[in-house]
Amino acid sequence: MAWLGLYNYWIVVFLMIAGLYVVIARENLIKKLVGLNVFQASVFILYISMGKVDGGTAPIVAEGIEVYSNPLPHVLILTAIVVGVATTALGLALVVRINEAYGTIEDDELDEREREP
Amino acid sequence: MILPHLPALQVVVPLLAAPLCVVLRRNAAAYGIAFAASWAAFAISILLLVQVLGSPDGAISYEIGGWAPPWGIEYRVDALNAYVMLIVAAIGAVAITYAGPSVAREIDEPRRYLFYTSYMLCLSGLLGVTITGDAFNVFVFLEISSLSSYILISAGRGRRALTAAYRYLIFGTIGATFYLIGIGLLYQATGTLNMADLAQRIPALPGNRTVIAAFAFIAVGVGMKAAVFPLHVWLPNAYAYAPSVVSAFLAATATKVSIYVLLRVYLTIFGAEFSIANMGIGYVFMPFAIAAMFMGSAVAIFEPDAKRMLAYSSIAQIGYMVLGFGIATALGVTAGILHLFNHALMKGSMFLALGCVFYRTGAVTIELMHGLAARMPWTAAAFVGGGLGIIGVPLTAGFISKWYLVMAALERGWWWLAALILLSSLLAIAYVWRVVEAAYFRPAPAGAPAGEAPLPMLAATWALVAANVYFGIDTRLSVGVAERAAASLMGGGP
Repeated sequence: MAWLGLYNYWIVVFLMIAGLYVVIARENLIKKLVGLNVFQASVFILYISMGKVDGGTAPIVAEGIEVYSNPLPHVLILTAIVVGVATTALGLALVVRINEAYGTIEDDELDEREREP
Repeated sequence: MILPHLPALQVVVPLLAAPLCVVLRRNAAAYGIAFAASWAAFAISILLLVQVLGSPDGAISYEIGGWAPPWGIEYRVDALNAYVMLIVAAIGAVAITYAGPSVAREIDEPRRYLFYTSYMLCLSGLLGVTITGDAFNVFVFLEISSLSSYILISAGRGRRALTAAYRYLIFGTIGATFYLIGIGLLYQATGTLNMADLAQRIPALPGNRTVIAAFAFIAVGVGMKAAVFPLHVWLPNAYAYAPSVVSAFLAATATKVSIYVLLRVYLTIFGAEFSIANMGIGYVFMPFAIAAMFMGSAVAIFEPDAKRMLAYSSIAQIGYMVLGFGIATALGVTAGILHLFNHALMKGSMFLALGCVFYRTGAVTIELMHGLAARMPWTAAAFVGGGLGIIGVPLTAGFISKWYLVMAALERGWWWLAALILLSSLLAIAYVWRVVEAAYFRPAPAGAPAGEAPLPMLAATWALVAANVYFGIDTRLSVGVAERAAASLMGGGP
């Protein structure tokens, strides 16, 4: 029954697969970006949940508290969140320009229109 | 005063040049800053290589901010690092020299300073990936270089550059996130992110499932970034539709740095013994490398667009580098590292030559290159020079790396592999010949544009061609440092 205690990893795996599925299966470019975000969110949860210490509180120094959760994964994930935000912003900017250039943001329609000269 | 801080300056100089380019909005000022920063980075990389080759224990360790590792981030320069940084900075400097007229031809005036900003960010990101000794820092710089390369590619001709950049964004982000997952699992198992510290702690965890999972995740992640077959699908369009200087710069640096990460992770962090003997990573990568060698060359033979043809050729050449790693001996890794260096020179020169063609004629389809040798003799000759290197003709750098690769295959007694390497080199003759035939043996159509590209572009192209020939004759630097790097990676060196 130890696998019940590992519920955080089950959530990570579910989000990871769901995110990757959306990136591959959905044709709409914005939906692909959303899938990418879900995938990245699963990685954030992996890092943060691995840093939790039993009985530990948030890693901010305070009076009377002795057990803190590991602050390093939090720092790493702040960096990764920023990277994710930048990637999403860039992706959305590209989608705006693709829409201006092609008139569509569906991947299959883009393939058709690209084949036209 | 400066010399002890060279490792930090290697990254900081181009990194600070980027916001300077944005702040001083004038295109000429942005170009001047980018030019100065790129050549400064090249000079620093030469100094670092000299320092490393002269240092007693073969590596320079630099603590960022004075914080000692493993708590602080460490920049660790050894022979492999310094070698890859040398080629990245060299290509960066040559490409920025080329970029003056080329960018003026291909990118709208209001956006040029932004182009140079992205170029500086990409260069600093690539140099940062190479120099850092902290596994998470690799991810950060990898994403800096990747995001800026998406921007650079999207600046290219026509609307297909946008979809190419978008596709690269999706693939590249998934690849980097896989790498991030792997690093997270390693941190969970060992409690550290410093590469040297990881290398010490991982051997104490044999058979640990977390470590094995991390092994697999990082392999897929780095494979996507390095365009190892079958994770290469983003590369042809991205290189074909990017601006000329971007194609040359990225083709010669971005995938090379990812191959460097592959070597660093599997031979330094996990250790040669664990990766090769226990996990058999050589046997996993070798079939994909062989498939890449043949698939890339075969598709290149039928491509009508010359840049796309070179992109598929790059996939094949990356196959050679991964094959060197897959052979998993010191000689094989030497061959892989050597081909990394030589391919950057050869492919860089060919893409720059195509950029010269685009500058004058506005197209790079082979159909429109009839009679190019009469119209633009120096450019056509430069393309042939690079092409001879790709084929592996003696007296070019490509011959040296193919030679080492065949020797590595024979050293392990794999005659069939040596035969496959030579066979795929024959395919390269086919696709290089298509351009040579169009340029030299077909008459130019009436009224076709003629005249050479401007001097900075021609000089940069010929600098790489000359380097290609030079390193095909005098291999003391290229082979010497590659052998040192491979020796220290595989154990048995400093």
